[in-house]
Amino acid sequence: MSSRNVQAYLLLLPAFVFLVGFTHYPALATIFDSLMSTPRAGRSPVFVGLENYQVMIEDPVFWRSVINNLWFALATIPLSMAIAIFMALWVNDKIAGRSFLRMSYFLPTILPMIAVANIWIFFYTPDYGLINQTLQLLGFQSQNFLGNPNLALMSVTIVAIWKEAGFFMIFYLAALQTLSPSYREAAQIEGASKWYFFHKVQWPLLMPTTIFVLVNALINAFRMVDHIFVMTGGGPNNASSLLLFYLYEVGFKFWDRGYASALTMVLLTILAVVGLLQFFLLDKRTHYR
Amino acid sequence: MKKLVSLASTLAASLCLSTASVAQTEVSFYFPVAVGGPVTKIIDGYAAEFNQANPDLKVVPVYAGSYQETVVKALTAHKASKPPAAAILLSTDTFTLIDEDAIVPFDNFVKTDEERKWMTDFFPAFLLNGQIDNKTWGIPFQRSTVVMYWNKEAFKEAGLDPNQAPQNWQELVSMGQKLTKRDASGNIERWGIQVPSSGFPYWLFQGFSTQNGAILANADGTEVNFDDLKVIEALQFWMDLSQTHKIQPPGVVQWGTTPTDFMQGKAAMIWTTTGNLTNIRKNAPFEFGVAMLPENVRRGSPTGGGNFFIFKRAPQAEQEGAFRFAKWLTQPERAAQWSIDTGYVAVSPAAYDTPALKAYAAEFPPALVARDQLPFAVAELSTHDNQRVTKALNDALQAALTNGKTAQQALQDAQAEANRILRAYR
Repeated sequence: MSSRNVQAYLLLLPAFVFLVGFTHYPALATIFDSLMSTPRAGRSPVFVGLENYQVMIEDPVFWRSVINNLWFALATIPLSMAIAIFMALWVNDKIAGRSFLRMSYFLPTILPMIAVANIWIFFYTPDYGLINQTLQLLGFQSQNFLGNPNLALMSVTIVAIWKEAGFFMIFYLAALQTLSPSYREAAQIEGASKWYFFHKVQWPLLMPTTIFVLVNALINAFRMVDHIFVMTGGGPNNASSLLLFYLYEVGFKFWDRGYASALTMVLLTILAVVGLLQFFLLDKRTHYR
Repeated sequence: MKKLVSLASTLAASLCLSTASVAQTEVSFYFPVAVGGPVTKIIDGYAAEFNQANPDLKVVPVYAGSYQETVVKALTAHKASKPPAAAILLSTDTFTLIDEDAIVPFDNFVKTDEERKWMTDFFPAFLLNGQIDNKTWGIPFQRSTVVMYWNKEAFKEAGLDPNQAPQNWQELVSMGQKLTKRDASGNIERWGIQVPSSGFPYWLFQGFSTQNGAILANADGTEVNFDDLKVIEALQFWMDLSQTHKIQPPGVVQWGTTPTDFMQGKAAMIWTTTGNLTNIRKNAPFEFGVAMLPENVRRGSPTGGGNFFIFKRAPQAEQEGAFRFAKWLTQPERAAQWSIDTGYVAVSPAAYDTPALKAYAAEFPPALVARDQLPFAVAELSTHDNQRVTKALNDALQAALTNGKTAQQALQDAQAEANRILRAYR
């Protein structure tokens, strides 16, 4: 090995140590733990094979959480991205109060999730909460948003979309600002409509940003659970329980390490698939300049 | 050379200092904050005062978040063999802490008659959750119970005696019907009663089940009676408040907003913890009363809140220090002041005989209701693998309250799940 190589590896070493210590080793240890029983006082863990996975397949709360999480992902990803693009196009134009609008769209992102969840609880409060007052003003019945199993998941999903859209808007806004103004001028000369210009020029050029945002949105759909703790605690009767939330319950409330490790493997697999999808499928179809 | 000499003398001086502090034992102490008010400041003040009076000890209080965060931190530290000497954790976590081999009983430290007496000075209801196998594993510290708050102005408006809260289930329903107010189009302006059911509905439900004469779990924490007929009846009564009598909001009622609903005049009667007393007293713009929960076949309410635990893997000297701190913390005068400052129930009858608490109660009689209810109080639901068993009951209660299952079906499902979990501990 040349000294140049050694130098390169030495430079990589610190990052490599952290990566192994905090990512690779824990992931491998989790595979191992998921095949062992949970150690309780006086009993050391024993090898149980796939028993923890068997328990998982028979656990209705696990399946409830998976299905909830799929709906949560299906709603948050497209909606938060669509709203983000719309907001970005809106504040990219030269309109009055532009910086104020940009700031207010971005505001939800910088607020801590626990704090905003506490505020949203009061928005959703039956009878006198902001949303119900509006509903009643329009002649609708007051709804118990967080206490009705049919509405609880939707209610926490809306908070997630509200929180995320502003964050994604920043990426789109940054991308829009890098587009050369000559495209717009050319389109105007040719008399292209706003929609045509967006559809045929801006959207394709935004594709790398869209991919980046999409991957982030996908990961967040399995990661954003802070507000569940505050708003519903996964209830009523697990109606708003998500995978990571349930994992926390099993791991740190029930102290069932074996089963929690098996649940972690499911989550890791999902996220790995998302990552691979990005690398092998979407990257090839994306047009980078 | 001069410099060297001065350096050496500084070193020597600091060495002397450090030998002096070696004799001092550091007692780390994790505590959660679960109610409003400057709790951290009060605890820090206690530690400073204790350290001054006991120069050989140094109690270091560590604020560790909510109850849940505190137990996670304490148990994780225990598993890494570096636990705190002591912690305040939920009294219902006792079985879990024993099963994890994390704590030692207080009996290990009791030597003198005075100490033996101290162990029996607490309200018996508060010792229930901490005593297992004839040993005392947790000493009551920040303890609470469920009481009923009622809006006297709403009572007047509904033509009821504002000084008389419902005494039994029938009165609860009949008064609730008078108190429920609808506008012309049928929208609710004020609900008669609100018993919260989000987060930990089992705790509030224990009010109903105890009043109906049922006990949810045995003292060994190995059996539960969720499908007992009396328990099913109790759940049916709770459901009926919303579904038949329509005096309680339908669906799951939020724990967090219930005091606000009360102070906004949206609920005429609420059940919640005594810990909300100070908050409601400060913020309710109307006169209110505090009452014991109504009775059915008997009166009843669960206790709640946190006990003081000593950790097994802490060095002996630290454990002894923690034991002395626990004794010091629960002296009547201190327990009285803690109760006044936070709204928690003082843990011993002697505390209620102190001048400070007597004066406070004379000025504000509702402060005594929780104590008067204690003779009827039962242990909070606690079993082996407690959080899992409790979740089975919580899910069942929410399923029934949101019309997902009948009371019987929900509780039978919870019983089956609890049996499956508890099988390993029998």
